Parts: sequence; C-alpha cells; structure tokens
Amino acid sequence: MTLGTGTTLAYLAAVALFIFGIRLLRSPQTARAGNVVAAFGMLIAFVVTFLEWEADALTLGLIAAVTAAGSLVGAVTARRVPMTSMPQFVAAFNGVGGGAAALIAFSEFYELQQAGHANVVIVVMIFLAIVIGAVSFSGSAIAFVKLEELALGGSVTFPLQKVVNAGVFVLALAGGGYVLAGGPAPVAVAAGVLALALLLGILLVIPIGGADMPIVISLLNAFTGLAAAASGFALGNFVLVVAGALVGASGTILTYLMSGALGRPLSKILFGAVAATGTGAAAEAGEKPVTSGSPEDVAATLAYDADSIIFVPGYGLAVAQAQGAMADLMRTLEAQGKDVRFAIHPVAGRMPGHMNVLLAEAEVPAEKMYDLESINDEFDATDAVVIVGANDVVNPVAREDGDNPIAGMPILNADHAKRVVIVKRSLSPGFAGIDNPLFYDQERTTMLFSDAKAGLEGVTQAVKNQG
Amino acid sequence: MTAQILTQLVVLVLAIALGLELISRVPALLHTPLMSATNAIHGIVVVGALVIVLTADDTLTTVIGLVAVFFGAVNVVGGFVVTNRMLEMFRGGRRRG
Repeated sequence: MTLGTGTTLAYLAAVALFIFGIRLLRSPQTARAGNVVAAFGMLIAFVVTFLEWEADALTLGLIAAVTAAGSLVGAVTARRVPMTSMPQFVAAFNGVGGGAAALIAFSEFYELQQAGHANVVIVVMIFLAIVIGAVSFSGSAIAFVKLEELALGGSVTFPLQKVVNAGVFVLALAGGGYVLAGGPAPVAVAAGVLALALLLGILLVIPIGGADMPIVISLLNAFTGLAAAASGFALGNFVLVVAGALVGASGTILTYLMSGALGRPLSKILFGAVAATGTGAAAEAGEKPVTSGSPEDVAATLAYDADSIIFVPGYGLAVAQAQGAMADLMRTLEAQGKDVRFAIHPVAGRMPGHMNVLLAEAEVPAEKMYDLESINDEFDATDAVVIVGANDVVNPVAREDGDNPIAGMPILNADHAKRVVIVKRSLSPGFAGIDNPLFYDQERTTMLFSDAKAGLEGVTQAVKNQG
Repeated sequence: MTAQILTQLVVLVLAIALGLELISRVPALLHTPLMSATNAIHGIVVVGALVIVLTADDTLTTVIGLVAVFFGAVNVVGGFVVTNRMLEMFRGGRRRG
C-alpha cells in the first residue's frame, strides 16, 4: 500500500525522533530527554495512522478501548515494578511486542491469501516475522517465569534436547517452504508454523540459567526489533521497518557486548555448556582453608585499617536487594572521613548498567560509580575492597591463559588492594563454575559468610558501634 | 510493488547500519536504560497492529489486530515509563552528589 504524503512525512518525523532520542540516550545528562523524544515520536506515528485510513465509529471505539487498556496495564506495571525485578519486566514488555509482530504478520498473510496474490519476498518476510516474533514472545515468557522464580529454576534439560530443538526448527522452516511452494491450506500451515515457533521459544530458553538470562533478554529484544521490521516490510510500512531495524541492530550489539564482557560466547550460552562446568571445582572448594570473619571483624578492618575503600557490588547484591544496605555503609564510612568509591564491572547485576540503576535508586551519587577502565589502576593504592555477591568478575584466574571458562574476560583488580573483604553466602563458584583463588588468600582476604543485605547491615551497625 | 520492495530493502539495510553505529557509542552505564528504551521503540508494532485493524475486512482479522494493538500498547507505554523511572534515578543521584 502506498502512504499519503502527509502520513509519510509524519512517519519520517517519527523515525527522526527515534534516532535523535537514541542519540540523546548516549549521555547520562540527556538520556531522560532522549526517552521523552522517542516517546513523542511514537505518539506522532500512532496518531497520524488514523489520518491515513478511515474507520467507522465502532472500530475507532474498539481501538480506543483496547489501546487504553494496554496503556493502563503497561503504565501501572512499569510504575509498580521494583527496580531489582526490572529485567523480567523488560522481558515481559519485549515479549508482548514480539507477540504483536507475529500476530500482525499472521493476519497480513491471511488477508493476502484472501486477496489471492502475494509477492515471494513479502511471504518470506511474513514468515520471518511470525517465527521470530513468536520465539520472542514465548522465550520472553519463560525468561519472566525464571527470573520471577515462579518455576523452571536453574537449567532445565532433557535427553536429546538439541535434536528436538533442531527438529522443531526444521519443521517450522519446512512449513514456510511449503507455503512458498504454493501447497494447499496455507493459512492453516502458517498457524502451525506459529505454534511451532512458540514451542521453539520455550525450548530455547528453558535450559538457560538465571545468570545468563540478561543476555537472553537482550537477544530477544533484538529479535522483537527484527520481527517488527519484517512485519513492517510485509505491511509496506517504513516506520516499522526503520524502528524495528534500529532496535534489531542495537539489541544485537548490546548482546554481543554483554556476552563478550562475560567471556561467554553466545553460542555457548544458547547451545552448549549446559550444567557442564563447575562440578569438579565446586566439589573440592570446601576443603581449602579460608579466613572467615564476623561483621565486627570487618568493621574493625574498615574503621582502623583503611582510609580508601572500594565497593564491588555483584549479582548477589542485586538478588538480595542489598543496594540500600550498601549505600548506608557508604554513608556511615564517609561520616568517619573515609573515601568510598564503587567499582562496577560491565556485567555487574543482571544487565549491563543495571547495577548503576540499583545504586542510583539507593541514592549513591553517580560520580562515585566508576567503570572498569577508570578504576582498575586505582586498586593498588586502595586500602580495602568490599566485594558483595560478586565472584567471577574479580577472579584472578581470568588473567591466566588457558582453557578455563573465563580466561580473557576483563576483571576488576580487587586482588591488588591491601585488604579484601568478601561478603558471600558460601564458597560456591559463580556461574562460570570455577574456583576463585582470591577466597583462599588468607593473608589478604576475610570472608564474611552471609546474605548480602544482612551482612552489610551487620557491618554498618558494627562500624557505628565502634565509632 | 517490486520497486517498493526494493526501496524497503534499501531502507532496511541503511536503518540497520545506522542502528549499529548509534548503539556502539553508548557507555555501559546506560546500557540497561538503552535496552529498555529500544524495547519501547520496537513497540512501533502498535502502528502495524492499527493498520491491520483499520484495513480489516473480516472479524477474525479485526480480533487478531485488536489483540496486537493491546500487546503493542503494553509494550510502548510500559517500555517508556519504566525507562523514564530508571533515568529519573540517575538524575536524582547526581543532584544529591
């Protein structure tokens, strides 16, 4: 379909606003404005669509009701969700977008079949949108269920998993090929492909453990962008093509950055290494001696033995929702004249940048948060490092060559500090499944075996008592 | 039709190139808000869903389209609101600093 001049120009304006909005998101000062600019672009694209196609009052009423209901659900959910649960809600918002793309493509296919003619490229795009959108929908649903800890905890595997996955994928492809070849009952086959893709999304995500989930959400975000672009292609609507492609590209880059920072190739997360690592190293972990201490011991170290302190928050801090407790300890130590900074690994928390959001929520000033490059040389001159719920991101093993799972991954040089305090529930390895020699450095390291929140609160109280 | 498809292919490829270029320069600090904002932007599917409903000839298409409009609206509004909440916190943190 050919769009009118006014609509085309308005869509062009919307696209320009999306691009400009993402540009503004590159800097913390302008990021919020960027989000508003992009939202404004969305509003323009939505409104002018009504000018292009006429509709009767009933249809308009239905659209208004459904849009209002969807907006209300989205707004209320987005306002209520606690910041620690944000990854699963990003997954949920992403999933419904993927579902919408699949449905759009399916109904466009249905209409084209009624009309009796369809271009090959259009049909291919329709099937891409159906498959990618549906995988994103069901995959995101599984990611949500896992991160909300409703069910399917850990890695769910079954015999011949990869064979089954490949089989489902090939069946879905065969369905698309069948329709392209012009076989009978194409709409029923398309519905079958949609069902297979939903199944595939479930199968792909169930074996993936919680710590890898951010990468999967990022990937599914890219998928939904691509599905939106493909469905826009099918509809002949360039605003969907451009916006979807922008998101598809951004999500791919983000996914690549995340898996790279973790030293985990994407193929390994998605197709291999399922529960394969870790058992050997974990089994012997408990046998080596460590220096373990109470909150009072840690407080004494921080109060009398340290002027400059760096906090290293990790995944465990996010899970325990201990960002407020960490900020309290910061304020308590600063009241005693200590210099406290935060070293944030690129993949700390559950998504890149998530830790910054959590700490900002706890009112930690942004200028106290340092990224890996800007603080890594400072550890040598630091008196004490407090590591909370982090493991792999401070594991010196990563610097060694060899075939360990995190070799080559950039890490924080926490082991260069004079004293190291690690707040952690147990000696269990991180999700890379390897032992951390820093735990067993009895001269330097004190282990505080505790839940992140309770441990930090205990230390804060002890520092106050001593002060 | 074919000319339009070719034009769309050009647009698609250029948009992907632009997306890669835009994103690769964002600091890690902003990756989560960025992911959330782009998540809201792919809510543009709501426009596609609108087109489906506005051009629908039969009940089945209308119903499927309306479900897609609902999904799309959740995606757009939820995505932008949650991103705004995150970014508000950054601003708050800096002001107190």
